[in-house]
Amino acid sequence: MKPAAFEYAAPSSIAEALALLRTQDGDAKILAGGQSLMPLLAMRLARPSLLVDLGRIAGLDSIREESGVIAIGAMTTKSAIEHSDLVRTRQPLFHAATRLIAHPQIRNRGTVGGSMAQADPAAEYPAAALALDAKMRVVGDAGERIIDAADFFVSTLTTALEPGEILIEVRLPMLAPGTGWSILEVSRRHGDFAMAGAAAMVALDAGRVRSARIVLFGVGPVPLRARAAEDAVAGKPPAAATWASAAAHARDAVEEPLSDSHASAAYRRHLAGVLVERALAEAVTRAGGTA
Amino acid sequence: MTSAAEEKAVAASRRIRVTVNGAPYEAVVDARLTLADFLRADLGLGGTHVGCEHGVCGACTILLEGRSVRACLMLAVQADGRSLTTIEGLSRDGELHPIQQAFVEEHGLQCGFCTPGFILSVHELLELHPDPSDEEILDFLGGNLCRCTGYQAILRSVKLAARRLREPNAPAGIPAEQA
Repeated sequence: MKPAAFEYAAPSSIAEALALLRTQDGDAKILAGGQSLMPLLAMRLARPSLLVDLGRIAGLDSIREESGVIAIGAMTTKSAIEHSDLVRTRQPLFHAATRLIAHPQIRNRGTVGGSMAQADPAAEYPAAALALDAKMRVVGDAGERIIDAADFFVSTLTTALEPGEILIEVRLPMLAPGTGWSILEVSRRHGDFAMAGAAAMVALDAGRVRSARIVLFGVGPVPLRARAAEDAVAGKPPAAATWASAAAHARDAVEEPLSDSHASAAYRRHLAGVLVERALAEAVTRAGGTA
Repeated sequence: MTSAAEEKAVAASRRIRVTVNGAPYEAVVDARLTLADFLRADLGLGGTHVGCEHGVCGACTILLEGRSVRACLMLAVQADGRSLTTIEGLSRDGELHPIQQAFVEEHGLQCGFCTPGFILSVHELLELHPDPSDEEILDFLGGNLCRCTGYQAILRSVKLAARRLREPNAPAGIPAEQA
């Protein structure tokens, strides 16, 4: 057996799960879909005292429309999101992000809550959440709280979740009319983690960019808002020169990109610029403007 | 869930009941035992091959309630109460499943290590897309690695399997325009 020994519990309610987490002084790990946690256990990079499996708690795997918001239960699989007409038609950026994640066999088990709580720097869902201003619904001993995506991702594999808290729902706004979107990445092979990626949302007004939201991922410890790039395109005509200036700002925004056997820091910075240009152009086309 | 009620809620081992290839099994397993190791070592079903053991190669792919999943990325305890299909469950009365037969005829395997995983991924693919395009096949099988075939023979095998499942009496080989 590859993982180190641990105890296991499969509670049937959130209250029971919270009580179990309380017993372990932070040494417990929550098991959602397990598609990131299982490799960490196999390589003994994670050695929890207790695994709390959320898989037997009813009601955590629904996709609902709720007063203008798409509420996705934390245990909803990526496959369920991929096959959801609601997500595909009303929040297509999140749907496209789902299709970029790994392979169908992984998406059949991996969950939206697991990806957010894992907070891998190269993962698509955290970047999509930041681009969309998603809200994380969290429960703990003190009750419920909502954490904005902008505050949720703290550092590499680290979120604002306290040890005794459980992410139970991800809330996405719907795509606003007149807004275009894009999410793109470069990876060695389809399904691999991204060497770099970019998400963009663009709103047009009278033939000009009214506002843009630009997020980079895979280039730092957490997904990164490229605010200077956003400012550089606001009010400008949707044209190649505008995207090129945004790309320059995006490259500058990447402070210390990861450098490893997959890609050097310089290459990741270069990709950030290229992907921002392409994502802005694609988003503008989808918004009904010309790129 | 009588098994859970009988035992401690928190434990390093647990009694599980699973249905594998239609047959019920009951066992007490360590919490840390992967589903792949449970199938191979505890149930003696060695057709689920273990390659990388961390979710990259796809050799251990099985069906969980009909959906293809990595057996190395699940704990045996997570399968409690669930229904699984392994490669051993596909043939009927000594006759290969049409997907297996198509892999034989179109040389979709050489050493065979990756083959059970491919076959079970293809099983789900053809349920979702009975007449898949090349792109759909390549996309769906992107998580299964083969180091022998170069994938082209696998692509042909999947197309033949799809045609056989749509028209059971289809002849051997792929029409030229589809090959």
